[in-house]
Amino acid sequence: MANAVDAKTLDESTLLEIYGKMVLSRTLDERIWMLNRQGKAAIMASSQGHEAAQIGSVYALRRGTDQFYIYYRDLAVMLTLGMTPREIMLGFTAKVGEPLSGARQFPTHGAYPELGLINLSNVIATQLPQAVGAALAIRMRREDGIVIAYFGDGASSFGDTHEAMNFAAIHRLPVIFMCENNKYATSVPQHRQMAVDSVASRAEGYGMPGISIDGCDVIAVFEAVSEAASRARNGGGPTLIEAQVERYLPHTSDDDDTRYRPREEIEEARLRDPLKLFGERLMAMGILDNAASEHIYSEARAEVNAVTDYR
Amino acid sequence: MYVPHTFIECKYGPELVVTCTFRSSPVAGSNRVFNTPLSEQGIVGFGIGLATQGSTAIAEIQFADYIHPAFDQVVNEAAKYRYRSASHYHCGPLTVRAPYGAVGHGGHYHSQSVEGFYAHVPGIKVVIPRGPSQAKGLLLASIRDQNPVFFFEPKWLYQAAGERHTQLASLCTCMQSLSLSAGSDVTVLGYGSQIQILRQACEMAQSELGVSCELIDLRTILPWDEDTVIQSVCKTGRLVVSHEAPLTAGFGAELAATVQAECFNHLEAPIQRVCGWDTPFPLIFEPFYIPNKVRCFDAIRTVVDY
Repeated sequence: MANAVDAKTLDESTLLEIYGKMVLSRTLDERIWMLNRQGKAAIMASSQGHEAAQIGSVYALRRGTDQFYIYYRDLAVMLTLGMTPREIMLGFTAKVGEPLSGARQFPTHGAYPELGLINLSNVIATQLPQAVGAALAIRMRREDGIVIAYFGDGASSFGDTHEAMNFAAIHRLPVIFMCENNKYATSVPQHRQMAVDSVASRAEGYGMPGISIDGCDVIAVFEAVSEAASRARNGGGPTLIEAQVERYLPHTSDDDDTRYRPREEIEEARLRDPLKLFGERLMAMGILDNAASEHIYSEARAEVNAVTDYR
Repeated sequence: MYVPHTFIECKYGPELVVTCTFRSSPVAGSNRVFNTPLSEQGIVGFGIGLATQGSTAIAEIQFADYIHPAFDQVVNEAAKYRYRSASHYHCGPLTVRAPYGAVGHGGHYHSQSVEGFYAHVPGIKVVIPRGPSQAKGLLLASIRDQNPVFFFEPKWLYQAAGERHTQLASLCTCMQSLSLSAGSDVTVLGYGSQIQILRQACEMAQSELGVSCELIDLRTILPWDEDTVIQSVCKTGRLVVSHEAPLTAGFGAELAATVQAECFNHLEAPIQRVCGWDTPFPLIFEPFYIPNKVRCFDAIRTVVDY
């Protein structure tokens, strides 16, 4: 697996690898959701629609060196960092060997030190000040790593978020604030969550750079996070990145989004499916064709089937 | 101020960080001892992040009255950090210090005792010293402890003439309770600033009633030293508990409930709790609020006369 570099170019094999990760993530996500509907998997917060933002960001960073403070929707981050589909499924089926928390917490919550996945809880935004504290420790020790803290549009309203960004900017800490804005905090739409159009617009208020990007474009995400990582590594301090994404499914498997969200809105969002967009881009570049894509999908299905059947 | 001078002299690894509101130490350097913005929940959150990376983090909250915004980070994060990650991570190197309790003129928001809130959270420790020497030793023990510790310092001690403390005095690095006087008639139990008041009440009881009191300083609220207390009450048959915090659901309730269960057949009288009243901590009426030596003496007399 190629390590991410700060340069903004990715070679062919890495591009195909990224596509494969997106397909695997989507396939696994769909399967877990299906199992949940059958009563066979525990509560799930789907990452469908978020894949480009999550996977593109991981590829821009150094796995094994950087620290990842994720939130509950970051299934694709976990997969890309190196968790296997089986390890992820163990959480949803609460089986022995679940690596993150010994199945003590909700699925996907807990820690995986070898992958740099720090301890996720179920409380929104509490990870942001912790990520900032970790960045302070890394800077004091003059270590090489940086920290990325993921969160949603809802979390951006929390006091924890404000305090974390303020402190990080004051001390120019090596941290990337990565907001996956899917425009819904459970049922609350963005205009009820904030009076501004963009979460990134708040960065100026803290004294750090902020950028709002198309979170459905994995290359755009890779470039933005690469730049932020470079800034952090060179002592330039934090960056706030807002990746505009779409949430195709309800908030979690315990939510019914028909109560608050028109179906047409979701259908329209799916027209810009990050998998479709990236697949088309790769085909236009001549490094992917329909047969190859179908092969990638069927491999993903086979892997996910094996995981589903595991007892 | 005795505390910062002492702990900075005692090094704890290469990463000693104090997030505090007094001026930087020339010894540790301003990148390791520094002021933060007014962000209590952030301060505890930063400390968790630092501690998780293995750095010794000593966070100061200016007054315990202001620790409440950090409650989420304490209860939901620090206390559960190890358990919820199957021990992959913990924030043991975190110590949070805060001055607590009456100071003579603090009113609602500079006088609170908050140990009751934090005693109710499995996963952290709560330590309360009664005086300067104790503070030094217990703070060092707290910093070394591989669990997040909340260290509440009696605020009025910052202004008191205080006891003489020598650098060479041996440190109490054990967080168990301590019997301050052996007695046979009644066990008197407290912690922190209340110990000074209980001492006076015990002396009054001795001189005016001929009552021999066994005074115990709990020192650690969570976990508390059940064995020492139970052993004492089984011997004396009488217990008076006292704390400045309000009566209802105060830590004295936990002490009383456990002792009555463990010492039921030995008790000669109902357990007395002498505490702050169930009101916001008053400003000009503070002298009426404090469980003073007279009220404590009265409680001792009550259990002895029962």
